[in-house]
Amino acid sequence: MSQPVFLGIDLGASRTKVALLDSSKNLIGRAVQNSGTNYTRTAEVCLEAALEMAGAGMDDIVAGIGTGYGRSNVPFVGDTKTEIACHGKGCFHYFPHAVSIIDIGGQDNKIIKLSDAGLRTEFKMNRKCAAGTGAFLEEMSLRLNIPLEAMNDQAKQSTEMVKLGSYCTVFSGTEVLENIRNGKKVEDIVKGLFFSVIKRVLEMDSLSENVVMTGGVVAHNPYLVSMAEEIIGRSISVPPYPQFSGAIGAALFAMNLN
Amino acid sequence: MAEEKKVVRKVIETSKDMGRFMKDYYYELNEAATTGSRKIAWCTSVGPTELLRAMGFLVYFPETHGAMLGSTRTATDMIPAANALGYSPEICSYLTADVGAYLNKFTPLSKAYPGIETVPKPDVLVFNTNQCRDVQDWFAYYAREYNVPMIGIHTNRSVTDVNDPIVDDVAKQIENLVKPLEEISGNPFDMDKFKEVVGLSRQCSDRWKDVLETTTAKPSPMTFFDSSTLMGPAVVGRGTQIAVELYEKLLAELKDKVAKKDAAVEGERFRIYWDGMPVWGRLSAHSKLFAGLKANVLASTYCSSWIFTALEADDPFRSMARAYTELFIVRSDDYKEQYIKDKLERFGIDGIIYHDARTCPNNSNCRYGMVKRVEALSGVPSLTIDGDLCDMRCVSDEQTKTKVEAFIEQLDELKG
Ligand code: SF4
Repeated sequence: MSQPVFLGIDLGASRTKVALLDSSKNLIGRAVQNSGTNYTRTAEVCLEAALEMAGAGMDDIVAGIGTGYGRSNVPFVGDTKTEIACHGKGCFHYFPHAVSIIDIGGQDNKIIKLSDAGLRTEFKMNRKCAAGTGAFLEEMSLRLNIPLEAMNDQAKQSTEMVKLGSYCTVFSGTEVLENIRNGKKVEDIVKGLFFSVIKRVLEMDSLSENVVMTGGVVAHNPYLVSMAEEIIGRSISVPPYPQFSGAIGAALFAMNLN
Repeated sequence: MAEEKKVVRKVIETSKDMGRFMKDYYYELNEAATTGSRKIAWCTSVGPTELLRAMGFLVYFPETHGAMLGSTRTATDMIPAANALGYSPEICSYLTADVGAYLNKFTPLSKAYPGIETVPKPDVLVFNTNQCRDVQDWFAYYAREYNVPMIGIHTNRSVTDVNDPIVDDVAKQIENLVKPLEEISGNPFDMDKFKEVVGLSRQCSDRWKDVLETTTAKPSPMTFFDSSTLMGPAVVGRGTQIAVELYEKLLAELKDKVAKKDAAVEGERFRIYWDGMPVWGRLSAHSKLFAGLKANVLASTYCSSWIFTALEADDPFRSMARAYTELFIVRSDDYKEQYIKDKLERFGIDGIIYHDARTCPNNSNCRYGMVKRVEALSGVPSLTIDGDLCDMRCVSDEQTKTKVEAFIEQLDELKG
């Protein structure tokens, strides 16, 4: 098989995502890996896996764009774009109208606003702080000694949420310990943690009528979406592959290179 | 792999003269301090320097030292010593860096100007609270340490109209400084000398204004990162003939560049306004970052703070009072919003960067919703970056880079 393939690599602080699109903008291959410390190697391994899924080879790649923190370390791409641009582009592909995108990543959160034409009108990123990010949940899963993957189900089982007040990840950790000492149930604490993630993100900026959520944290913890819906009082859309929004956006930009 | 963008940094020839001026300035202070030949006054950057000069003092500005600690990236090592003394890490990092340097017996002047061992010891400390209250606390520390008098001016803040009662009040306070300064200097007050200094200060200010105005040209011949260092003489040398001459020379050079369309940023595509202070330890890095994106940060609130159009030789006390109250930092939000809007139009700005300097709320205009209000007023998009003037622990380079790149991409999309 030989068909033109467009590549997007999102080398994030925590995970590396590769998306491959065919010329009709269908996602034909994808893969995700821990970013680790050797960005170039990770990108290669991830790309190989995505190509295998697509049934394509390196020679089929017509153009590629790199994005994410490690974007300047990505080999085999023609250019780079910021993750803000790529998330916007990736989302607009699925939701082509004015929208506010909430992206929760491993180490940062973003709220990106797009116009009806898909142009960015504004964006906000979290300050130099891990509150409300995937890193926060990762840290808390260690404190609670439960696997990260188990948190979504734990939160769903909660009957009485524990409210955590702190803005800071480290202080929240202390609050968690205090609640354990006071005999609170783990699922109630986890729900509280989810709530604090959502609260931190939502306070970054106002939201427009249509809201979309993306990012690896949401992909693995869909319960966060329903919590956010409850808080803002309207429904929130999630694209088919929320963790790949940036990579898909990058691949879409790659199409424009041609 | 995507290619690294090459950035050619344009040289401004007159910056060498500015460098020589600063060198002479510090050696003169050092000589006076070590031999006792002249009295030395420490003054806040927008304090009553003209009066001090007219009274025969050599004038030293601790804020310039703070900026130097920042730009040499030594501030972050000094700050903890001041913190340990009780100064919060959240207050002015000029203050904490400078006090920390004093406690560590360190000054970046020694490296820049061999032979200088310490900052010049003051005979008097003179503040003006027009910019912030931190300066008064800062000077109070040294007044205790050096056991020298501290005098100053308390200016009204958040001023919309600089009206007569305010001007009268501040002018009276400046006049009240004369007597103690006569006692400390041993020189009688000389009105003619004072008028002459105020006249020169006005000329310096006018030339500096002209210099900054050259960046209205498209393409601009200079960047904010240049003007942040070129403003040295406007800060420490106003009231002197040499400062006026330096800016005349700089102006001629920049006008020549404008005529030749010699752009400070090759292929200037975006014109950016900078609100707030520079991140001193990243001046060069930020200059490269923006230039690599064909964006010229060419106008700022900060560098324009040394324009004092109200100064008048014939009415020195009142005109100084007016000039030092008309300053952007002293004004109400209503005034500030209109001021920024006017600047955006005048300089043909595509986007604003607000620097939220962690330790200087006084120079960070993005904390009380002004960003949104200015955006509504002007329609110009903006970006806020988190950072600090001196404390590099408050700076995330990667996040700044991503934000700035994303902002320029956004402006690019808007330009179509
Ligand atoms: S205005 Fe800001 S930087 Fe300047 S002295 Fe005051 S607090 Fe420090």
